[in-house]
Amino acid sequence: MRRAELTTAILLAAFSIYLMWKSAELPIGWLPGEGPGGGAFPFWLAAIMLASCVWIVINWFRRSSPPSQSNQPFMDRDAVQRFALVGGGVTAMIALIHVLGVFGALPLFLIYYIRFLGRHSWTTTLAIALSAPVVVFFFFDVALRVIMPKGYLEPLFLPLYDIFL
Amino acid sequence: MYVSRRVIMGCAVVAGLGAALSTFVSTAAQAWEPKKPVEFVIMAGQGGGADKMARLLQTVIEKNGWASKPLTPINKPGGSGAEALIHLNGKAKSDPDHTIMVTLNSFYTTPLRQPNLKIDIATFTPIARMAEDTFLLWVHKDSGIKNVDDFVAKAKAAGSDWVMAGTGKLQEDQLLTDFLNAAYGLEMKYVPYKGGGAVAKQLAGQHANSTVNNPSEQEGFYKAGDTVPLAAFTTERINIFPDAPTFKELGKDFVYLMQRSVVGAPGMSDEAAAYYQALFQKVFDSPEWQDYRNKRALQGAFMTGEELKSYWMAERENHRQMLERMGAL
Amino acid sequence: MEILQHLFDGFLIAFQPLNLGLVVLGVVVGLFIGAMPGLGSVNGVAILVPMTFLVPPTSAIIFLAAIYYGAMYGGAISSIMLGIPGASTAVATTFDGRPLALKGLADKALLAAAVASFFGGTLSVILFTGFAPPLASVALSFGDPEIFALMLLAFATFVGLSGDDIPKTIFSIAIGLVLSTVGFDFITGEPRLLLFNLDGFLNQINFLVLAIGIYGIGEMLWTIEVSRGNSTMSKAVITVNRMLGNVKELLGTWKIAVSSSFLGYFVGILPAAGATPGALMAYGVAKMTSKNADNFGKGEVAGVVAPEAANNAASTGSMLPMLTLGIPGSPTTAILLGAMVIWGITPGPTLFVDEPELVWGLTASLYVANLFALLANVFMIPLFLWVLRMPFTILAPVIFALSVIGGYAATQRLFDVWLMLVFGVVGYLMRKLDYPLAPAVLAIVLGPIAEPKLRQSLMISDGDFSIFVTRPISGTITVIAIILILMPLFKLIRDRMRGGSDRAA
Repeated sequence: MRRAELTTAILLAAFSIYLMWKSAELPIGWLPGEGPGGGAFPFWLAAIMLASCVWIVINWFRRSSPPSQSNQPFMDRDAVQRFALVGGGVTAMIALIHVLGVFGALPLFLIYYIRFLGRHSWTTTLAIALSAPVVVFFFFDVALRVIMPKGYLEPLFLPLYDIFL
Repeated sequence: MYVSRRVIMGCAVVAGLGAALSTFVSTAAQAWEPKKPVEFVIMAGQGGGADKMARLLQTVIEKNGWASKPLTPINKPGGSGAEALIHLNGKAKSDPDHTIMVTLNSFYTTPLRQPNLKIDIATFTPIARMAEDTFLLWVHKDSGIKNVDDFVAKAKAAGSDWVMAGTGKLQEDQLLTDFLNAAYGLEMKYVPYKGGGAVAKQLAGQHANSTVNNPSEQEGFYKAGDTVPLAAFTTERINIFPDAPTFKELGKDFVYLMQRSVVGAPGMSDEAAAYYQALFQKVFDSPEWQDYRNKRALQGAFMTGEELKSYWMAERENHRQMLERMGAL
Repeated sequence: MEILQHLFDGFLIAFQPLNLGLVVLGVVVGLFIGAMPGLGSVNGVAILVPMTFLVPPTSAIIFLAAIYYGAMYGGAISSIMLGIPGASTAVATTFDGRPLALKGLADKALLAAAVASFFGGTLSVILFTGFAPPLASVALSFGDPEIFALMLLAFATFVGLSGDDIPKTIFSIAIGLVLSTVGFDFITGEPRLLLFNLDGFLNQINFLVLAIGIYGIGEMLWTIEVSRGNSTMSKAVITVNRMLGNVKELLGTWKIAVSSSFLGYFVGILPAAGATPGALMAYGVAKMTSKNADNFGKGEVAGVVAPEAANNAASTGSMLPMLTLGIPGSPTTAILLGAMVIWGITPGPTLFVDEPELVWGLTASLYVANLFALLANVFMIPLFLWVLRMPFTILAPVIFALSVIGGYAATQRLFDVWLMLVFGVVGYLMRKLDYPLAPAVLAIVLGPIAEPKLRQSLMISDGDFSIFVTRPISGTITVIAIILILMPLFKLIRDRMRGGSDRAA
């Protein structure tokens, strides 16, 4: 935990510096008769971020914040494993949306999670995994006309548009 | 649960059959029709003049059942319309036939001022000019200003403490403000807001001294007697404000109008363009649209195809010169 | 008396079978749309506008207003049940609603949200009935410095929100504000903070992308780690006695409900502000004035009551500038405004005279919509609890899926879904290190209002900061805000001095 606290603070400090540098592409100073320039607001706020990171590091040396006192591991093996399985699953679902669209990726993710992580029966799994895309299609695409991405499966939906829209 | 499974099986079968059918039909070269919902991008925020018009157009089309697929409006106001232009440009490669946009004069100014966006409006598909909106100079009734002479006298006395509210730096409203400053030797201060509605409210609440709103934006306050139009940036007097002279009458030859047009993504197929052109011609002729035009004193005839494109090119040149004079390029 | 007569006429209109039916339908539709993360009343109202051509304008606006209302109630449902704010107005509801649900007290939170919403909604409709025109002129008198001062006050009420670690709280606020400036500089229209030169950052980061990322994905990852992958969110079984107990506890929060409603209503009236700052400020004020301040954020009923009373009051409030000034106070009212224009009705100062039937029919139906939304919510509580009793390994993937779909629906850009995932994962890791995340969400909501108002004010004053204190309204608000910001600092210094001497000894 102690090491994670310091590493995070340093990474966030680096990100703050990047933000300051990026804000400086627009005027960060005072424009006469106009007040602060377009980059001033994010620049100085990023400077505040940097200052807070320095403060966090000082607290780390003084061991005055709870994570900097703790000797527990930041994530134990079990946590890492869960994080990888769940986070990886969500990442894969979003990546698959580019290819198979929401209606392909969603059932696959639900089957993966409910069946293989949750160890529920195939009946339960399929009931949820197959009804979810139908509900989503009718609620979002048809009723509210928020058109979900379809990826390469789009041609399959053209006739459905003809019927329902 | 089992019902839903059966439903999805059914849908899958229908989808499969339909896909086979549609490829069959499309090879038979029918008149082009959209195959999926059409994205109707609005180059401005919610509640402004362009937004109101887009939603009216959408409604007229839906009410009369003129389109086989719905138009779904999306507001993309970011960066004086840059967000919307980039979006349309991106559609050129993926799916140019199902994206159209309601546009205004930032269609010219934004690409001119930001060449790094790499947007060339000459590549966009012209569909229809639905109207040209007018601009007037407005003040609050409590200011006691009755005509342009009063206005000039007071604004001159106030110098740079005179606040002109408008819609974004170097956009339409600032072009007009700059014209006024130059023509009458004023030093009005220009303060940008997020949309015409917000600008109108600044004047009604007397946080600004004057504005150059469109009639539709000041309508409510004008009817209540809170705000007064002083003069119009048109060639002839606007019939709903007969007491406001044109700047031409006052000896300053300056006319400025706001296009209200529909534009298609670059690279749109000719068939699709023809479809949308015919669709908006129908909308233009509809009693609803004509009524809206009359009530808000919109001007400008219907325009499409090459004619619209050459109008854009002329207007772009016009705006380039205006921006150059202001030292903005 | 004249008003009562008008209102009576209004009720006659509202109770016509068609209008009554539309209110009921609108509330139900709104509840579902509001409860879905990523969708808000904007979606529902925008899409249903064309449908309203089938009915007369008065019925149509009654229907749209009912959807708007239903969605405000629905937003609380996803905040409490899923821990994802359904709309920006319901952010503050998650702060205590979610912990209550995790403790197995979802029924209490849901009831509190429904009743508080009803209370705030009804009180604000009464205010609307009685004082619409004078309040409209108050709203107009708020210029840029006043709105900025108000934003400052909103931040001030949140100082110390879940912040035991001061530098981390400051960091969280600052990063939220910086992220809110990504996209374009609104004044010059130039691209700003195009991070890593990715084109996706040419758009403003939508608040929902951050909120769903942090609460939908980050919180779920956290819950999965803490519960070792298996927990049931709520084992509560609803009984009459239990409900009576809940009601009794709710009655104790009436003072907070009243003050939050007034606060929410007033902030909602101001055109630039809207319901979200109102709800956030109500939460902050409730926490500040409460005897159980320490329990806020850990599952305090008053922490659900305050924002819910305020956001419903504010949503009625935001209709006022639309009807009386023709200026929308929120995106949803912007679309309602567009619809009215299409119907040939000009909202504005003369509307009350020109279209009494519409105005009073709408007002009366707001009372009806509130009552119906309350009943619908209360009767659906057992259904919601049934959903929460499902095994966590079913609920979790469904929440992830809803987050992804909702994240897409909010902006319709896949880039934003990836961004949401990044926010979720980073938020999860930072949360493990005690970084408070609520301030960042608050900041990304308020930032886009605060920055333009600050710059516009300074433009008007030629860069002179005294504009914020020399004007009576903004001066008063600014001073209150500064005192509130400094208060915890004084307390801290006092504690430090005591604590310091202890440690030294």
